[in-house]
Amino acid sequence: MAISNPTTIESVAKSSGSAPLIEVRGLRKTYQLGETEVHALRGVSLSIAAGDFVAIMGASGSGKSTFMNILGCLDKPTAGEYLLDGIDVSGLAKKELARIRNQKIGFVFQNFNLLGRTSALENTELPMLYSRVSKKSRESRAREALALVGLAEREDHFPSQLSGGQQQRVAIARALANQPSLLLADEPTGNLDSRTAVEIIEIFQRLNAEGLTIVLVTHEPDIAQFAKREVVFRDGHIKRDDVVPSPQVASEVLKTLPTIED
Amino acid sequence: MDFSAAFLLAIRALARNKLRSALTMLGIIIGVGAVIAVVGIGQGAATKAQEQLAALGSNMLFVGSGSVNRYGLNVGSGQTKTLLIADAKAIARECPSVSKAAPGTATGQQVVYGNQNWATQITGTEPQYFEVRNWPFANGTSFGDDDVTQSATVAVLGDTVRKYLFGSTNPIGETIRIGNLPFKVVGVLAPKGISAEGGQDQDDAIFVPLSTVQKKLLGQTWIRWIMVSAVSRDASYVAQRQIVSLLRDRHKIRTGDPNDFVVRNLADVADAAAEQGSVMTVLLSIVASIALLVGGIGIMNIMLVSVTERTREIGLRLAVGATEEDVRKQFLIEAMFLGLIGGAVGIAFGITSSLVVSRALEWPILIPPYIVVLAPVFAIAIGTIFGFYPAKKASELNPIEALRYE
Repeated sequence: MAISNPTTIESVAKSSGSAPLIEVRGLRKTYQLGETEVHALRGVSLSIAAGDFVAIMGASGSGKSTFMNILGCLDKPTAGEYLLDGIDVSGLAKKELARIRNQKIGFVFQNFNLLGRTSALENTELPMLYSRVSKKSRESRAREALALVGLAEREDHFPSQLSGGQQQRVAIARALANQPSLLLADEPTGNLDSRTAVEIIEIFQRLNAEGLTIVLVTHEPDIAQFAKREVVFRDGHIKRDDVVPSPQVASEVLKTLPTIED
Repeated sequence: MDFSAAFLLAIRALARNKLRSALTMLGIIIGVGAVIAVVGIGQGAATKAQEQLAALGSNMLFVGSGSVNRYGLNVGSGQTKTLLIADAKAIARECPSVSKAAPGTATGQQVVYGNQNWATQITGTEPQYFEVRNWPFANGTSFGDDDVTQSATVAVLGDTVRKYLFGSTNPIGETIRIGNLPFKVVGVLAPKGISAEGGQDQDDAIFVPLSTVQKKLLGQTWIRWIMVSAVSRDASYVAQRQIVSLLRDRHKIRTGDPNDFVVRNLADVADAAAEQGSVMTVLLSIVASIALLVGGIGIMNIMLVSVTERTREIGLRLAVGATEEDVRKQFLIEAMFLGLIGGAVGIAFGITSSLVVSRALEWPILIPPYIVVLAPVFAIAIGTIFGFYPAKKASELNPIEALRYE
């Protein structure tokens, strides 16, 4: 996991030659709320290539959260097809979905969701507890992941001893622990100040440059400008799907922001 | 998730809420402790009772002169004069299931040796009495059959009498005075202790030839009782029937009329005592089981609270790839662990408390090894059974909702 530090990131066209990592066709999701049916998704089709960095935008109730839950294999669509890495996920049993989440997907949440009174290292080890990784390699892989997000010296700290940005970096390390092919981030910067938010995005851009596919849900148009592609949801449909013309480079932006004591 | 990781996780979760875990275990501790103490005390008492009955003489039957109703007046037990030495001889001779029969009678007398005196029971009997009672001699021998025919003034002392009259001196060959008659001491019996049924000190007695008591002390021809030993314990019930029919025949009691004697089978007494003991054990075990059940409900309650508190954690675990089975296992192991530690501490608590009880009340304690193995197994089973529902509930949480839970 060597880290290169690219100063520029080339925009990858959405119709790149490589096979799509995510292929979604005619996705529908209907909830039964008492008497009324709520249509969260009304037929969504989307293809995301491996190595892409997609920002998903939309007002609350637009269906973007439902879409993310389905992408994350936490929820099943009412109708439609979802192929992840060539596997038809919509037909899988719960146990197999748990395995896909464990092996192929890393989650980053708005409120970090770290286990309290558990060290950064052990928080990072969590996904590996549910895959066949020996205790020894669990530890060494968790250390590598923490080093990758710049927290090598804090591995024994508890979440309560870490700042919000540091907590989110532990969460990212945790998401990377099982070397997933897809990173799903649900408003990862929502609880952070603007400089820390850009610092987190800088990590995402670095990971993306190494080939990790990232799908990021955000409310903030500023944050979406760091992605390669912007998808806007509205009323259960995709309203817009554009390539970001010239994505901002987080490491460059950081230089212009005043430093805050971490 | 492998077992060792799950195990570690459970210990840490329980260690995080030490007071709560300890209080939850308390129910199991008290339950297991109660089971062990109850069984220990019950088994101890039963064993003691068995020993006492064995001391009384196994396969023994007691024939006593009984009550009789004459012209509407009920004479109390032991008051009829119909039981004779000849009856004892007939029983020994004619009942096939009887091996020995010893007739006897008794009177209370003041006994004097030197400047010591002691009021005790003088039992008149025949030498085979000591064999029927399975009563060994500490010193000397029994009086012989010749002593009985000659109404000799010889005596065998019970251990209590020996203690009070002679202290540390050897009584054999010494002369004691019973009433107004001098008796030569020929033997001393080994101590036998308190009788199982009456609670009397069996060693507080002097034994002399039957004819001596009848002629020289009481002036009676009848006897009070016959001690009979059956050929085996199993034969004692048959022997009882044989004795009853023989004595009814000899006493010329018409069909339908009541016996003028009583026959008691000590196997009956032993069975009754054992029955009483087991009824007691069953009752106390029920109480102890209820304590364990309450302990189990305590585990379930606290596990349900724990599942609710840790909803977000469960959601996260499910999101990063834990299967329902993983989550269920995690909470089940926690509940089992509560049961296991509670059971282990409960054993220590039960053994300690039964030892304290045995010291304070001088009760015998017998803790059978099987209960020490069984009780914690039961405690773990309780943890598993009562932990199952909370664990199932945890595993069935919807990860999306669990992650959003505040």
